[in-house]
Amino acid sequence: MSAHSLDTNDLVSLRDDIRSRKTSACATVGAYLARIESQNPTLNAFRETFADDARASASRVDQAIAAGDPVGPLAGVPIAIKDNIVTRLGRTSCSSRILENYRSPFDATVIERLTTAGAILIGKTNMDEFAMGSSCETCAFGAVRNPWDTSRVPGGSSGGSAAAVAANLCAAALGSDTGGSIRQPASLCGIVGLKPTFGRVSRYGLVAFGSSLDQIGPLTHSVRDSALLYQCMAGDDHHDSTCAPHPVEDVVTTLDETPRTFRVGLPLQYRKGNSSAVDAAVTRAVEHFRTMGAEIVDVDLPLTDVGISTYYVIAPAEACSNLARFDGIRYGHRTASPSAQDLFDLYAQSRAEGFGPEVQRRIMLGTYVLSAGYYDAYYRRALQIRRLIKREFDAAFALCDVILGPTSPTAAFSLGGVTDPLSMYMCDVYTVNTNIAGICGISLPAGFDESGAARLPVGIQLQAQAFAEPLLFKIARGYERAQGGREQIAG
Amino acid sequence: MSDSKTPLGIDDVRHVAKLARLAISEDRLPQLQRELIAILGHIEQLQSIDTTGLEPMAHPLQLTNRLADDVPEAAMPVADLLRNAPATQGDFLVVPKVLGGESS
Repeated sequence: MSAHSLDTNDLVSLRDDIRSRKTSACATVGAYLARIESQNPTLNAFRETFADDARASASRVDQAIAAGDPVGPLAGVPIAIKDNIVTRLGRTSCSSRILENYRSPFDATVIERLTTAGAILIGKTNMDEFAMGSSCETCAFGAVRNPWDTSRVPGGSSGGSAAAVAANLCAAALGSDTGGSIRQPASLCGIVGLKPTFGRVSRYGLVAFGSSLDQIGPLTHSVRDSALLYQCMAGDDHHDSTCAPHPVEDVVTTLDETPRTFRVGLPLQYRKGNSSAVDAAVTRAVEHFRTMGAEIVDVDLPLTDVGISTYYVIAPAEACSNLARFDGIRYGHRTASPSAQDLFDLYAQSRAEGFGPEVQRRIMLGTYVLSAGYYDAYYRRALQIRRLIKREFDAAFALCDVILGPTSPTAAFSLGGVTDPLSMYMCDVYTVNTNIAGICGISLPAGFDESGAARLPVGIQLQAQAFAEPLLFKIARGYERAQGGREQIAG
Repeated sequence: MSDSKTPLGIDDVRHVAKLARLAISEDRLPQLQRELIAILGHIEQLQSIDTTGLEPMAHPLQLTNRLADDVPEAAMPVADLLRNAPATQGDFLVVPKVLGGESS
């Protein structure tokens, strides 16, 4: 088997090369496994790889292609999976001690759909513990590093998936996004990250964090790759009653049909407190959109600043309920302490030993805001403000097709550079409201912050109305072409 | 514990930890208290927004109840489901004695 140099690394080109036998699935898997082996000790992007199964799957794909049998739209492409999406292969730890050795008895719906389409699971990626974090420093098994500068964070919580794609250790990866956990690491790692509309992609087999906020989405080398993976995953699932029954429109064959005119909304509230490199990226994006024929309109989102407060009531409230299942009884870590004589102590000690500090903090916060006497002041009020935030987006989308702004206020920060929990939460100021309102958003590479020793990617975000992914993809694709595509890491 | 303006005391933190089933050691309580006070202090901005007459929005999708077809499906084998259990005996999960065990 000839070695594959992986000089084509976007998923669609790779898929086409495998199908036309310019390369093989086996050579592709071998090349990625070799890259993982050499780079993962530094990056810590992967929890584990599925080398034997990936090679066996690749061999089946190559045989099918050689025999002229029909193959799926993802045949032979290696995809990495965030470790909170359950797979029969290997473990699903959520990068937590409490699930360190958990092996799922079933595959998530997205895993079934991707493998049915021919994708090869290359491994599981590290994340902030239970997806709670914006830097991948809360991972119980060591921090993940940003491939552009290994002294910096990759963002979070899907930082392992973002770092793996950015370093080209896989053709694409899946992540989950509760308040920005796909888009912010995509921005910090210089790749494309999509949070689909709430309910668009099945969550059966996604370890639940915030049930009214969580969505699975792709982290990819290009908008075209993102659209293809979205199309393979989206759609109703009888295993997930929160999945939307709306039909999935074709986003792949229509991708290049960027509308001749469209309106880009620019909220004043998205231009405060950003680094100058991030503001410059948005300004450049505005020029690209003007060149594409877009009309730029001012929109008003005065509740932008209130998003973090609203989110840090709703998300911890939902998280503390969802994480109540980890009690040391049916699965996960059980304390070995002889002092755990009764059920209460067994629960409390197993959970204290198994959950890390950030997860415990959020469980405490969620329990507090739901506790007697506080429910109305915090939780009910946050849900009322959620309606205001949704209305604010509805009013903005009456004036524009997409809302443009930064994904993150800054480029990647140094490991250990943000230690205060509240400051870390502020990293998601531009992303949480997308989840609160249940709309869709995509982060796109938008140049670099050149102010430091290493060049660091910066991203822009486009948000669109619920179920407007077809339009979002077309506009994102037009921007990607106008901007000239993403720059790869040298080497 | 009745309004959002009462500062969070160390006893409150201990009480919430008990509700949350987290055995947080005494020496970690003060730092956790400081962090929670800082976060709650920020969240306090929600109190300044007029929410009169607003229906709470628990969920972004306005979906109505969706009923599954009443058709039996194959369940996962018991052995598969018990494979991750920390302690089992036959087809059962082993837990500490329940009756008279809970102190709260």
